[in-house]
Amino acid sequence: MKKAIWMIPLTILALGLSSCGGDEAVKPDVDDQSGAQTTAADTGSSAGADLLSERRVYFEFDSSAIDGEYTAIVEAHAKHLSSNSNLNVTLEGHADERGTREYNLALGERRAQAVARMMKALGVSGSRIKVVSYGEEKPLALEHNESAWRQNRRVEIIY
Amino acid sequence: MRKTLSIILVCLFSLPALSQAILTIEITQGEATGLPIAVVEFGWQGKGKGKVPQQAPQNIGQIIESDLRRSGKFNPVPKKDFISQPHTNSDVVFKDWRIARAEALLIGNVTEVAGKRYQVEFRLYDVFKQTQLAGFRYTVSADMLRLVAHQISDLVYEKLTGEPGAFTAQIAYVTKEYRREQGRNRVVFKLQVADSDGYGPRTVVTSKEPLLSPSWSVDARRLAYVSFEHRRPIVYIQNLASGKRQKLSGFKGINSAPAFSPDGKNIALTLSKDGNPEIYVMNLANRRLQRLTKNRAIDTEPAWSPDGQRLVFTSDRAGKPQIYMMDRDGANVERMTFEGSYNARASYSPDGKRLTLVTRENGKYHIGVLYLNDRSLHVVTDTQLDESPSFSPNGAIIIYATEVRGRGVLASVSSDGRMRQLYRFETGDVREPAWSPINQQLRYQ
Repeated sequence: MKKAIWMIPLTILALGLSSCGGDEAVKPDVDDQSGAQTTAADTGSSAGADLLSERRVYFEFDSSAIDGEYTAIVEAHAKHLSSNSNLNVTLEGHADERGTREYNLALGERRAQAVARMMKALGVSGSRIKVVSYGEEKPLALEHNESAWRQNRRVEIIY
Repeated sequence: MRKTLSIILVCLFSLPALSQAILTIEITQGEATGLPIAVVEFGWQGKGKGKVPQQAPQNIGQIIESDLRRSGKFNPVPKKDFISQPHTNSDVVFKDWRIARAEALLIGNVTEVAGKRYQVEFRLYDVFKQTQLAGFRYTVSADMLRLVAHQISDLVYEKLTGEPGAFTAQIAYVTKEYRREQGRNRVVFKLQVADSDGYGPRTVVTSKEPLLSPSWSVDARRLAYVSFEHRRPIVYIQNLASGKRQKLSGFKGINSAPAFSPDGKNIALTLSKDGNPEIYVMNLANRRLQRLTKNRAIDTEPAWSPDGQRLVFTSDRAGKPQIYMMDRDGANVERMTFEGSYNARASYSPDGKRLTLVTRENGKYHIGVLYLNDRSLHVVTDTQLDESPSFSPNGAIIIYATEVRGRGVLASVSSDGRMRQLYRFETGDVREPAWSPINQQLRYQ
């Protein structure tokens, strides 16, 4: 599965994330970022490292607008990409289960593109950003309630 | 809502090959307004030396009765009201059926003949006129018995409603199962095809990554679908008989929402290769693309009108997803839905007069029917995560996906909303149902 593939670059980065949530059978009750340990960071500052350990941007229902609380995360990743020219990033867009699968596939792409646009505006070359949408097909939380839907409306930042 | 009736089918005539199929069909809501028909259990004459099987390999009468009930156009007479159990013409006493308040009567027989084959015969009567409306005999192998039953359902339906039946059509759908493998939960997606009542599932594709949006070719021999097996959405076309498939569209970005044109020559698709999701039509012979929409909004979920002259699609160009209609070349775009803030995934009824779609009402997603003459929208379900509706080939039933107690299941509703049934599968989530056209060549006889 995806998780196994992700683990390799993550280890190289030595960010030591406990989970990157690729395995959808895993059901986090809370956002699993709390377990992340930032043992090392290329950016130097510990604040930047904390932000870099945040790899998900969450969205409102049927929206691709990046809320203010997530702009700092996107900025940290853009800066990280700028100072590590060998890195490429994949932005994986997701939607919650409500509504139709095909519309959600389009919505997931629009969300990932919103993050990509912000990174490009911050100087990251578009050729280093790959955008992919999974729509509602890869939920993080499998329950059918507001709390699960909130976790599932997201863009994952993957190196 | 009426009391839930639960008919456990498999327990009554279990076959090992069917054990992974539907376990129960529940009638979740039904009004007793259909035509009262008495379906007598078919007689059975086993053959051979030694122990003769107690019953036929399939309960033909039960399959037919279930088909007719699901359509919402029939109200089968309860067995307890039967005074007699005729199997042959000479056994029929019409008075018995008038007393049972049946307007139509179906009787039949299954006889085992040489070479492990079975002779199925049936007779359909008009109880008041005391006349036979239809009568046929088929000789088939055991694996064809369910198809014969569905074909009899089609004939009964046509004789009594004047419209063609659609029970011999098939449904395609996607299942998602969790498998424990090497201490980890693995997800397995399968694209499957089954009879219109969910029996006899065959797996077309298995993948560890999501599958969605199956679309039938007009001859019901091929399926187009979206697969994430390369970690992005790519459209494939697969021949059902040979299993051979080809990649149809693998451009950068989204390749999805395939829909075969009624003439079979083209396929409509959603592609985001030019930056955002737009609707295209691909000529299947030369793979040439024609772009139909040009808009910064999401344009997706194209569906053809039965005459192939128009398409409906979902767009959020006015801010929220709504249904639009356009000509075959993308001209004359017109918004079709105005009620509510979410209308999506529309598809046409076979007569071209209605659309079925997903509509949101009070935060819940229901199946709706939009009448094109007066643009009135009728909500036909009351569950909350309903999606992927499609009309049966005769327009009588809409099949859709919903969620029951946390699991994805298929359900059907008669297009007037009166009769609903749940298709219950043994494991996993079931979603993305698509009703096949009727392939005349696949029909027996």
